[in-house]
Formats: sequence, structure tokens, C-alpha cells
Amino acid sequence: MVEVNLWSGLRRFADGQTVVTVEAQTLRQMFAGLIAAHPGLEPVIKAGVSVSVNGVIETNLSAPLPEGAEIYLIQRIKGG
Amino acid sequence: MAKDETQGFRLIGTRPDRPDGLDKVTGRARYGADISAPGMLHAAVVRSPHAHARIVKIDASKALALPGVKAVITRADLPTGLTGEDWNLQENTLAGEKALYDGHAVAAVAATTKLIAQDAAKLVEVTYEVLPHVTDVDAAMAAGAPVIRAGTADHSVPEGMHPNVVKYIDFGHGDVEAGFAAADLVRAQSYKTEATHQGYIEPHACMAQMGSDDRGEMWVCTQGHWYIRRMSAAVLGVDASKLRVTPSEIGGGFGGKTTIFMEPLALALSKKAGGRPVKLVMSRSEVLRATGPTASASMDVKLGMKKDGTLTAAKVMFRMQGGPYIGSSPVGEALSCALACYDVPNVMHEGYEVLANRPKAAAYRAPGSPMAAFAVESLLDEMCRELGLDPLKVRLKNAAREGTKSSYGPTYNRIGLVESLEATMAHKNLLAPLGPNQGRGVASGFWFNHGGETSVSLAIGEDGTVTVSVGTPDIGGSRASIALMTGECLGIPYEKVRVNVVETGALGVNEPTHGSRATFASGLAAVEAARQAMAEMCRRAAAEWDIDPEAVEWRDGAAHPAGPNAGKFPPMSIAEIGAKMGGSGGPISGHHEVTAGGFGASFGVHVVDVEVDPETGRTTVLRYLVVQDAGRAIHPAYVEGQYQGGAAQGIGWALNEEYVYGADGRLQNTVFLDYRIPVASDLPMIDTVIVEVPNPGHPYGVRGVGETGITPPLPALANAIHAATGARLRSLPMSPPKVLAAIKAKAGG
Repeated sequence: MVEVNLWSGLRRFADGQTVVTVEAQTLRQMFAGLIAAHPGLEPVIKAGVSVSVNGVIETNLSAPLPEGAEIYLIQRIKGG
Repeated sequence: MAKDETQGFRLIGTRPDRPDGLDKVTGRARYGADISAPGMLHAAVVRSPHAHARIVKIDASKALALPGVKAVITRADLPTGLTGEDWNLQENTLAGEKALYDGHAVAAVAATTKLIAQDAAKLVEVTYEVLPHVTDVDAAMAAGAPVIRAGTADHSVPEGMHPNVVKYIDFGHGDVEAGFAAADLVRAQSYKTEATHQGYIEPHACMAQMGSDDRGEMWVCTQGHWYIRRMSAAVLGVDASKLRVTPSEIGGGFGGKTTIFMEPLALALSKKAGGRPVKLVMSRSEVLRATGPTASASMDVKLGMKKDGTLTAAKVMFRMQGGPYIGSSPVGEALSCALACYDVPNVMHEGYEVLANRPKAAAYRAPGSPMAAFAVESLLDEMCRELGLDPLKVRLKNAAREGTKSSYGPTYNRIGLVESLEATMAHKNLLAPLGPNQGRGVASGFWFNHGGETSVSLAIGEDGTVTVSVGTPDIGGSRASIALMTGECLGIPYEKVRVNVVETGALGVNEPTHGSRATFASGLAAVEAARQAMAEMCRRAAAEWDIDPEAVEWRDGAAHPAGPNAGKFPPMSIAEIGAKMGGSGGPISGHHEVTAGGFGASFGVHVVDVEVDPETGRTTVLRYLVVQDAGRAIHPAYVEGQYQGGAAQGIGWALNEEYVYGADGRLQNTVFLDYRIPVASDLPMIDTVIVEVPNPGHPYGVRGVGETGITPPLPALANAIHAATGARLRSLPMSPPKVLAAIKAKAGG
């Protein structure tokens, strides 16, 4: 199980929670778990979000999620 | 932790000649407008003179009758049915039902000469029904404001908001009200910043060719040719692989050349003109009227502080317009950057994106962060003064560091704000005496940086030289830094490595040079590609020596036998291996592709001394210091150049630059004489200190350095002007008339 921190604007899609627990060993499973538990998150996730795992942006959907990792969904940021 | 140039690297940290230097000083470098082809036509664009108008009719018959005119296109020539950002891009490239800002393209013409094309453009008759318009972000949100495009708002916008409000964002942590209650001083202020343009010297330019089979080619000045390919293909309804896009040399971008504005027009005109190549070059006026500036912003900030300077709570509310399309303003980035420098236990961020009748905003160097810094760092300075505290010591007391929970959520890994503040406090500029009407301002700044999709190939030449193919156009010295990293890794001289920026057919997809990522991500991939090639060269040497490949090691540009049973062979150099590779197994290359994570954030601190003329309100920058964490400076001269360039742009944004709209919604300052960017005589030599706190996510510790430098100048200048005059300016630009009015208001009060 991993705990995923949502930004507070996503609470409305997650039964008022800002921290959601899902069964997942990888980012791909984490996204699938989030959407299965809270379908309202699907458009937001599909529109593109970044994921911080232990303070580092992780882009590999197959990367294993370390036990007890700090996971944040944050808005996608690129820059100039 | 300031830069130590003797860290044991052979090449990294040295300052060799830049590979594009001779081409640029002799005029041999080929920019977008320098590309031509036999049979080429020239294009001109018909643009709306209205800020908001329904397009009733377009009659191109007179234009088409002009000798030399080969094609005219309108929106009717583009496919229908696009959605989302693809629709936004198409709509912005060529208006459909409505022109949404002054300068919005409504038709385009191709002719045998540029003059004929320009004359023909004037003959295209467009009938408009002029509509009410709005250009100010606060006015666009107010009840009764003209609706720009109903139904644009996404799910996030609370009920009851004006239809121009299209996105709402909120995030935070802790209990801000409890944090404010625990403070000794709570202050709140509002701030505004005007839109500014990236101000790149080279206007947008391309030459494109497309046949009736939809296969096309384009040469274009851009920060990202795969983005140009994908976006142009979407707008024209063709497969991306049918387009081959080659980047030219680029005369500045700063984020503004990461998207399309007119490139599909050249392709569509070419197709309509029977496949003849079409060149399209914007004028400066077109660049300012119709390409992406950054957003304008209206911001509220509230901070709570203890008497000792400890921040207890922070709350920000930002409103930003980025033109008439959703998703163009950097309000999310601005919110995320606003408080990123500090360890504040209770924070709340809210923001709105708002539509307005202005050009579609594009990224601009650390998008959103400069505006946010202007608001937060100005108020922080005010509170330090009110409590009689040293503004640098307060920043150090509250500075984010490894293990701090960031204002936007995640916990920071290794970052270099504390080291940057300490290096600032030790700098001699802080000891310089100040005279009458002079003042000193400080501010901190932050940018995330970025990694992104990256594909790099490397090939060993028959003479042992190395060619690296990258997909990130070189804006700020990435060819030199990638050559240094490759040479360092392979153990060969810098001069033996050539780095080429190659076209879309030569590599996998590359994101643009944006997010300060080129040296970080393409550099990382080049090092991995070099390691692959190195391993293969060791195998080739092992085969010739008839020993196990594991018994060969690579150092000093050659394969060496290693280990007790490897035997005694003289080193085999990269040149020897290259010369024999045809007979030892074929060409030797390396390749690496990755969506790079692990990019480290960069923090900076600026100190500026100014003198303000009390009779005119003109601000003169006396001295300027940039201190910033580079992770590792691969080519320090380029890093210093990025610091200085960011500061120069920020000084322009702070003091002079702004989009001036008339009551009719038309942009009034459409040339550089009226839109005043800083010139060399406006600025002193900008002092720099490179701090190096290596990023563990890069083989040599690189952090992006291109963007953070534009963030602190806005508040640093505001704080310095306040120190010099006692007048606090909370809207940009702090142009002479505004400063003079503020001085007079203070004297009158």
C-alpha cells in the first residue's frame, strides 16, 4: 500500500481526502488504483500530472515505489 | 560552497571557446530567415485590427487577382473537428468565427515576392462586427465583462464565477489561520504586473514546403522542432511523421519559441501553391502583437512573522490572464513557486486563470515565478523593515533546505539556497557605501527545472573524433557543455567532440530546450551514450588482444588491459579503434533515450544597488549581484552568461517593459523604440557567484541554470527603490513616471 498526497483542489474527486491509500507497487498501478477508487480523478490524471517520489519527479510508470515513499501528485510544470 | 574550479575534472569547469562563436561573429550562422530554396514564395499574414470581433466575411478576390499572388488561405482551408489544446493552437494560428485579440491572424497570402505578398494582404477584405473587449485581468473577471468564449471553464471553477474565469487551483498545508494568530506581525498587500515579451532578437521565421500528398519539410527557428512538428501536424490534420522539421540557429527564445504561431500557415500556403516552398518571417510588430508574451497578473499576499523574523503562515491569491485560451497562463507555476524558498509551516495558495483579449501567452523563463516573487519578496522586505530585521538574515532563518517540506508539497532533497544566501552575505558588494538617493534591495528566487523526453546518439569517427547528435536546440551553450561532458567521460579533448542539433528524422522525440533542461537532460543522455560506446570500444580492443572484455578498462581516451591476467598490451587509443572499426565489427556508436527525472531545483539570491533621480523618477542600476546554485558549472562562462541574461531581462521587466493597450484594445507599443528592453548602456557589469551544490540526479551534478535568474530582479529592484526613496511600488513596471508619482505621493502624505 502507498499513500498518495493530492493537491487540495482534487479533494472533491476523492471523497474529501487529500491523502489517498492505494495498493500499488509501481506508478502505473498507483494511477490505476487512484482511478478505480475515485473515477473523478481520471480526467485530471489523463490531462497530465507530475509525480514526486521522495522529492524526485518520477517519470517511469514501471518504476517500483519504495516502501513508505513520500508520493505527491503535483501539477505538470515545464518552463521556458 | 562557492565554485571551486580545481575539483579534479579534466574538462568540466573549464572555459573553452564556444563552438558557434566564429559562425556568429562572422555572420555565417544560419537563422530562420536565412534559409531559402529555388522557386520559393514569400508569405504575409492578414491580422485583425480589433481586439474582439466577429468575422462576418473574408473576400480574397482582389488579392488573388494581383499578379504574383499564388495562394490565399483562411480558416476554411484548415480541417475541422479539433479539440482541446489542438483546437486552441489552430484557432490561434488562424481565427475562426471571431478575432480574439489585436493582431490575431485571419488570413495569409503567398506571392512571388515579399512586397507583393504584403500588398496582397492589404487587398484581402475582411468584414468585422466589432465586439466589446477586455484586456485587464481584474476587469475580465468582473460582473458585466465581455464574455470571450462561453463554456471554456474546466471542472475546477466554482459556480457563480464569470465565464472568463476558466480554471481554479488551490493547495496548501497546515492551518494558516492558526499560523497568523501565532505571528507578531501580519501584513497583506496586493500587487500587479504587466505582460512582458521574451524580447528575443530574432523574430519568428520559417520556410516550409508541403505537397498534395501532405508530405512536408520545414526549416524554422524554434526551441523544439518535435513540438513544432506535432503541433503543425495537428493543426493541419496530417500525420506527424509526414513532416520533417529542421531547426535553424536560434536568436533567443526564452520559452517563446516552444510553440507554434504561424508555422502551419507556411505549410498550408505551400500546399495550396502547388508545393512551392514558402518563407514566412514575422516583423517585430507582428512578434509583439501576435506571439506569446507572458501573462499579466494581479496578486494578493498575506504573511505572518514573529519578531525574530520566523515566518508562521503565508497565504497567496493570484489571478492571471494568458490571452483568450485556457491553459496559457502560468498561474499554477506561479503558485507553486511563490513560497518555495521558505520553510513555512502553514501555507495556502489559490489562483484563477482568466481569459482576456490579448495574445495567447507562451512560456517565458521560469513561467510565473517572477511575478510571484515580486509579490512575496516585496512584502517580506516590507515586514523586515517594519520589524527592523536584516532581510538577508530573515531569508536565511526561513530558508528551505534538505528535509524541508516544500510549500507545494514534496520534501526537498539536496538544494542550495542556504549556501547561496551565505555566499551572498560574504560578498563585497554588500559593503559598498551608498550615497543620497541610493538604496539596496535583495530578493531570493526559485525554479523547478525540468528533465523530459530526450534522445541522443553518439558516433565514433574513423579518426577517433566523436559526433554527438542531440535534439535540443542550443540557446545558451548546450553544445559546448555537452561536448565537455562527452570529452570528460571519454577522456578525449573538447576539440575532438562535435555536437550537432539534428532534425526530427534523426532521433526519437525530444522535448524542446525548455525548463532549463538541455545541459541537464541531453548532457545526461550524451554521457550514457558515451559509456555505451566506451564499452563497445573495450570489447573491440579485447577481441584484438584476444582477452576477456571484462579485462579491459577505459581511461585517458584509450582501452587498457587491466587485471592480473589481462596480459601486457599497449593502450589502444580511440583513434586506433576508430580507424579499424570497419574490420572489427562495424561502426561504433552509442545511444540513449530517457524521460529524464532527477532534475534538481535551482535557487538564487540577487542584490541590487540603485540610484533614483528624485526629479525624474529614473532608476539607475549602480551594481548588481547574482548568486545561484548551478549544481555543477560545466562551462562556467555560459553559466555566468545565463545569470547575467536572466538579471538583465528581469531588470527590464521591473523598470520599463509593459504591454500598453489603448481604450480600443489595440497594442500601442509594437516596436522596440516604444517597448523598451534594456540595452548595454542601461546596465552595469553584472557580478556573479556560482554556487555548486551538486544534483545527485545527474552524473556530473548539473542543475538547470537558465531560468531562476529572472525571478529575483523584480522584487530586488522594488526593494532597492523603496530603500532609495521611501516609496513602495506594488505594480510593474516601475517606470520613471510611476516612481516619480510614488515619490510625490509619499512626500505629499
